[in-house]
Amino acid sequence: MTDAPRFVKPVTRPADVGLAVTFDGPLALDCGRSLSPVTIAYMTYGTLNAARSNAVLVCHALTGDQFVASDHPITGKHGWWTSMVGPGKSIDTDRFFVICANVIGGCMGSTGPTEADPATGKPYGLDFPLITIRDMVRAQKMLVDHLGIEKLLAVAGGSMGGMQVLQWAASYPESVRAVVPIACAARHSAQNIAFHEVGRQAIMADPDWHGGRYAEAGAFPSKGLAVARMAAHITYVSEAALQRKFGRNLQNRAALSFQFAPDFQIESYLHHQGATFVDRFDANSYLYITRAMDYFDLAAEHGGVLADAFRDSPVRFCIISFSSDWLFPPGENKQIAHALNAVAAKVSFVEIKTDKGHDAFLLHEPEMFDTVRGFLNHAATDIA
Amino acid sequence: MSTPQNLRPDLAAIAAMIRPGARVLDVGCGDGALLEHLVTTKGVDGRGIEISQANVNACVARGLAVVQGDADTDLVDYPAQVFDAVILSQTIQATEKPAAVLNHLLRIGRRTAVSLPNFGYWKVRASLLAGGRMPRTRSLDQTWYDTPNIHLCTLADFVDLTVACGATIVEAHALKESGRTGHMDPRRLTHGILGPNLFAQGGVFLLKKA
Repeated sequence: MTDAPRFVKPVTRPADVGLAVTFDGPLALDCGRSLSPVTIAYMTYGTLNAARSNAVLVCHALTGDQFVASDHPITGKHGWWTSMVGPGKSIDTDRFFVICANVIGGCMGSTGPTEADPATGKPYGLDFPLITIRDMVRAQKMLVDHLGIEKLLAVAGGSMGGMQVLQWAASYPESVRAVVPIACAARHSAQNIAFHEVGRQAIMADPDWHGGRYAEAGAFPSKGLAVARMAAHITYVSEAALQRKFGRNLQNRAALSFQFAPDFQIESYLHHQGATFVDRFDANSYLYITRAMDYFDLAAEHGGVLADAFRDSPVRFCIISFSSDWLFPPGENKQIAHALNAVAAKVSFVEIKTDKGHDAFLLHEPEMFDTVRGFLNHAATDIA
Repeated sequence: MSTPQNLRPDLAAIAAMIRPGARVLDVGCGDGALLEHLVTTKGVDGRGIEISQANVNACVARGLAVVQGDADTDLVDYPAQVFDAVILSQTIQATEKPAAVLNHLLRIGRRTAVSLPNFGYWKVRASLLAGGRMPRTRSLDQTWYDTPNIHLCTLADFVDLTVACGATIVEAHALKESGRTGHMDPRRLTHGILGPNLFAQGGVFLLKKA
């Protein structure tokens, strides 16, 4: 059944809201439980060719969504990757049929903790099962099958999107020709888990969280979710970029206030990041999706040997990392390339010099655009 | 597509050493000209390592599998004997630890092809003798203080290194200024004053671990 998606937050702008397809399920999950029914909200751009061979799946990051290349119906902002995806862009919607789906556990129309639990009729809350990156990819595979696409030309994404890309290559090597994992790792590091736990504890410490049942209480843990976003945002940018952009500059004042109101521009910037985030994102979704990232360890699925995840893989890989990314440092990206080399998979790896940190994958990085364009152009020669 | 005619002479000589269908690692593969030539004409399974981002992008656009990295630090991560041939063209003089790099190449590949400039070439010697300054050649046209080529050597010096690394020279070719290449007897490089060490502008060697 295909329908318009239902979002957790109110639509404020006239924009294409895309579609939502509901499967009866069950979708078996890594935690041992299953979901039924399962709804997947998605957007598509461009035209699927007659041979159904030009489809590119884009996977979004922790707080991203399906609005990769068109205006966001809740915030009114442009799509989150319009620099990369669009007519004439590196992921060229004049040539490719681009699909982007909200991950399960999310709050933009795919089944998540804000949905009504069929067993009770009330929002799932913390009764929603723990999901993994592999579960997200299983759901995406259902969508791709539903669209009648046997083999994707490519799967691309950054950060948590990159984790999904790796999982696609590991789980469905025969269903994808080429993959572009950007600014990611084959497992979440202790430091990254630590930052996520700070964020989750901030949400759970907010009295408006109500043990996850805030919707029924008519409340929303805005403060906790904003703090989670503020802490996480620091990890998305480099120290050098923060210093360059803000330094110790004061916000709307000539001297220190000797109070706890934000004196510094960096404080005011983080407050803004937190405040705008809570208007578009759900607190329980944040808990579930950060947990999915924490649980990601591709090698663990293969006896601790990452290379075994890709043995005899026919997939071509193009791994992109950024020199100043301290969330997913180039070394962690490169480990994936080494594992792939060890099993003679076709892998390319680039390390782009930038001071923009982890978020560089969302920003104007001409070398990244060139890498992706060249890689996809060549991959497309296979289907020409 | 590259043809042997427009390949650099040392690369054409290396290409001639590679068997069809071989699994090849080109260390310092530049813009991928040799790898692409080997893939299209010999059907090799080719991989590359390249330090420059722009060059890696050029390789990726050619459909080549190339990892941005540094021969001095990254070869350690490659398993032993997985490649039929490993190529190091005009790169050994720019490595920090040539002996360590060559040892890794001999470990990773069943055969190792190396091309290098010859600082024993008579014109280079004459330039130093007459000018009294570090020689600059057409292919190595940089000042001594601003060059990536920090470990220049003569062909005789290189043969000494192969001995030190326990390698056997399977084939050796002299690169002449005319762009032509010719077989050379490695023994003539280390014995006597007249020979390829004086008359060759560079050399191409095919090595294996003894």
